[in-house]
Amino acid sequence: MLRTKLALHNRSFLNRIHCDGILLIGLLVLMVVGLITIYSAGGQDLGLIQRQLTRLGLALGVMLVVAQIPPLAYQKFSVYFYVIGIGMLVAVLIVGVSSKGAQRWLDLGVFRFQPSEIMKLAVPMMVAWYISRFNLPPKTWHILIGFVLVAIPTLLIARQPDLGTSLLIASSGVFALFLAGMSWRFISFVAVAASAFTPIMWIFLMKDYQKQRVLTFLNPESDPLGSGYHIIQSQIAIGSGGSQGKGWLQGTQSQLEFLPERHTDFIFAVFSEEFGFWGVVGLLAIYAFIVIRGMLIAVKAQDAFSKILAGSITLTFFVYVFVNMGMVSGILPVVGVPLPLVSYGGTSMVTLLAGFGILMAISTQKRIMSRE
Amino acid sequence: MPSPRILIKDHSAEANLFARRTLIGLLVVFFMVGMLLTNLYYLQISRFEDYQTRANGNRIKVLPVAPNRGLIYDRNGILLAENRPVFSLQVIPEEIQDLELTIKQLSTLLEIDEDDVSDFYKDLKGNRRFKPVNLINRLTPKEVALFSAKQHMYPGVSVEARLARYYPYASALTHVLGYVAKINKKDLQKLSEAGFEANYAATYDIGKRGIEKYHEEKLHGEVGFQEVEVNNQGRIIRILDFNPPIPGQDIVLNIDMNLQLEAEKAFAGKRGSVVAIDPQNGGVLALHSSPSYDPNLFVHGISTKNYKKLLTSDRPLFNRATQGQYPPASTVKPLLALAGLEEKVITPESRIHDLGKYKLKNVERIWRDHNPWGHGWVNVTKAIEVSCDIYFYDMAYKLGIDRISESMNEFGFGDYTGIDLHEEADGIMPSRGIVKALFNRPWYIGDTINIGIGQSYWTATPVQLTQAISTLVNKGRRIIPQIIRGNIVQDETILDPIKERRPIAMGDEHNWDIVLDAMYGTVNRKGSARNAFKGAHYISAGKTGTAQLVTIAQDEKYDATKLSKKNHDNAMYVGYAPYDKPQIALTVVLENAGHGGAEAAPIARKMMDNYFKDQTFPEHQVIEYLGQEPESLELTQAEGQPDAEN
Repeated sequence: MLRTKLALHNRSFLNRIHCDGILLIGLLVLMVVGLITIYSAGGQDLGLIQRQLTRLGLALGVMLVVAQIPPLAYQKFSVYFYVIGIGMLVAVLIVGVSSKGAQRWLDLGVFRFQPSEIMKLAVPMMVAWYISRFNLPPKTWHILIGFVLVAIPTLLIARQPDLGTSLLIASSGVFALFLAGMSWRFISFVAVAASAFTPIMWIFLMKDYQKQRVLTFLNPESDPLGSGYHIIQSQIAIGSGGSQGKGWLQGTQSQLEFLPERHTDFIFAVFSEEFGFWGVVGLLAIYAFIVIRGMLIAVKAQDAFSKILAGSITLTFFVYVFVNMGMVSGILPVVGVPLPLVSYGGTSMVTLLAGFGILMAISTQKRIMSRE
Repeated sequence: MPSPRILIKDHSAEANLFARRTLIGLLVVFFMVGMLLTNLYYLQISRFEDYQTRANGNRIKVLPVAPNRGLIYDRNGILLAENRPVFSLQVIPEEIQDLELTIKQLSTLLEIDEDDVSDFYKDLKGNRRFKPVNLINRLTPKEVALFSAKQHMYPGVSVEARLARYYPYASALTHVLGYVAKINKKDLQKLSEAGFEANYAATYDIGKRGIEKYHEEKLHGEVGFQEVEVNNQGRIIRILDFNPPIPGQDIVLNIDMNLQLEAEKAFAGKRGSVVAIDPQNGGVLALHSSPSYDPNLFVHGISTKNYKKLLTSDRPLFNRATQGQYPPASTVKPLLALAGLEEKVITPESRIHDLGKYKLKNVERIWRDHNPWGHGWVNVTKAIEVSCDIYFYDMAYKLGIDRISESMNEFGFGDYTGIDLHEEADGIMPSRGIVKALFNRPWYIGDTINIGIGQSYWTATPVQLTQAISTLVNKGRRIIPQIIRGNIVQDETILDPIKERRPIAMGDEHNWDIVLDAMYGTVNRKGSARNAFKGAHYISAGKTGTAQLVTIAQDEKYDATKLSKKNHDNAMYVGYAPYDKPQIALTVVLENAGHGGAEAAPIARKMMDNYFKDQTFPEHQVIEYLGQEPESLELTQAEGQPDAEN
């Protein structure tokens, strides 16, 4: 009730700044949950909170700026965006800066820049642009072209190597194709092809550390103090939280530093330990709320490009959540994917909120569209 | 490829398709949320207890806390072993930026040798950065003061105090107390075999010798526990629970420190030992082995230099009182006489005529008396008083080795006394079987003759001799010597029970009196110890002994000047006092010192003087033995009667 009222009351102002109030509330609640958890996970370091707040402020700013741009403009610039992105990915492979064994950054003098972040938005935009030019459902030929458009950046990013991001980018493109009406026959074909591709990927594409992660995921207890340590400690943290949780700042696994990557990738374990199963249900409800809102925006969007783009961004957002929670709770191998809007830091925050900016533009700029 | 611009799109069909796909997408999302929740439900609800246990296992560690070792007192409450704080210099690696520089700076202030530094770096490896490492194991109080004044200049360096054993009487009591030292691998193995490993989890030292070893269980106490919360590095965050250790029992020894110090003084510069026992309860009043050493050297790990000093031919590490196996010589004559009387080989009245030589029929060899002219007519009393060898050659011959051996076994020869020290030897009480087994030699009749004067293969420890004398004055009651007297419970000493063995049954109880009277005569009449005890304010009894260590050739006389010092006779004395109600029985052995009456008996005198210094006794008249000049002589011609020469 209150929420509806608030949204109603603010509609005029929020509308003017092209902000979707319902979505915004969901995002802000998540951010607050994130800040509370980071405070606990980071050893009650206010400096950490300050930096996260700055980052959130910046990201929200980007979101609002992005929301001002009419969806038609995105449609127009999709191709350039995509081509520039591919160019930068190639540049990364040639002149990129390495860190921790992966070559992911471009040094632009003033700051470092990760081109794969651009591709997180450029790929669904490009696929949406391409596929929406034709009558839907798309023909097989178009779908194949769409897959090529997805495969190029995916492989480039996988070479860096950055398995997590390449998977996210691939799924954003595939979601766009799926929402555009890719035939079920083709979907089954892709499923078969993907499973056939797995051994090839294992042998030719995956690095040793990536293989190790998968092996560890399959049997973490095989090396409890080595590669299995993260996942075992994480499961202990989650499991020992029980139904009620140990209480804020009371998680022994996190406070006593048994849990690695507490305030970044493994923050979900901290949250589960301190707030328990019911807390997790609540957190998932917030994510589900955002996803449902995003899908509603997609359904209500006025043209195919907007629908496909909004749907793809929303589903990809959920993939973030699923992959992160899945890896932290041990049903997926460990890939470096943060819990969106809750984990500390990450370049991905800006990209993520830029994505929501696009959703808001789609949601709030219909009349402008309909006037044309 | 057709241009999209000329295509007419069916917007409503597209919208429917998209709505369907969106719905499917949402359903998939819900399905995946369901998967996540199912897994989380499994982790957090179904397996909650499992993971809770594991989380607690991660964070809760139980740290052992060492108990304080029990103190040791003498019978008068004098502290013999105490726990004193010792200081070590510790370094916490993570708090120091430049270790080498810090050590260099510290070495200008304190004495740090190369061993300290190399040990330090050895310990540093594999050590957690926040856990302290010892740099100097023992700081002098002066060094503690020096460092404390400048501690602020050395963050991460600190003085650590720990309780360690200290023996205030140092070398005076070493062979009784023993010492404690750092638990080594062998100790650990023994502890784990005995199942005591957990109890020693925090303990630094363990009894290595003496009372400290024998009564280790009493002295050690029980380990305590501290339940702490640790982080992933093992650093202690807070203490959750504390279960204090139970300190070891404070024990009281039968040792009279005054008497013990008298012993140390008497033996200064000499090799030998003394064991004094209260015959009424078996309590060991004094036990000294000379030379001795300072046990405090061992507590903190003895240096190679100091240890080498102890490996001399004088063998200070060797406990002569319990491990020294000496030929008992004439000191056992009273006991042998008792066997002779019991077996009726001799009677109180039977005599022999001693002309200084003893010869067996058909045997070439001549056995001589220590008095070359002999003692004339000798009965058992005189034989003991003047230590007549010929009398005992003859008696031994008549008794035979089997009966001697059996009888002496009853007095504890050839067996451990059971004193509460692990450092004990059993000596040899020869028999045909034992000599065969030990030396692969048959028993010769000559051996039996020599057994009569406590020589041949016969060896005994001073504690065995004292125990035998105690048994004698107790007329057969055999009490096991005990150093421990009891333990202190709330300021009161709870006495340990007296431990006894099966007593010796004597056919004729009067035999005891005959022998005891003869020992009285040794000291108070014309016996071999009368000079040593002249003017004593108490009445004592005893027996001298002069143990031959080399076989003197048939026609030679023992001449000390011709023998190397280590082959000189051992001077021995066994005695007890007061005669009527003995409070002390003792054995003195002086290695290579010469004659027992002249060398060993005076030490016994000093010991007894000291022991009775606060007691007064009534004036006494020397009791002349009635049979001294017997009216009717019952002549027994000994077989192999010594030939009267000249």
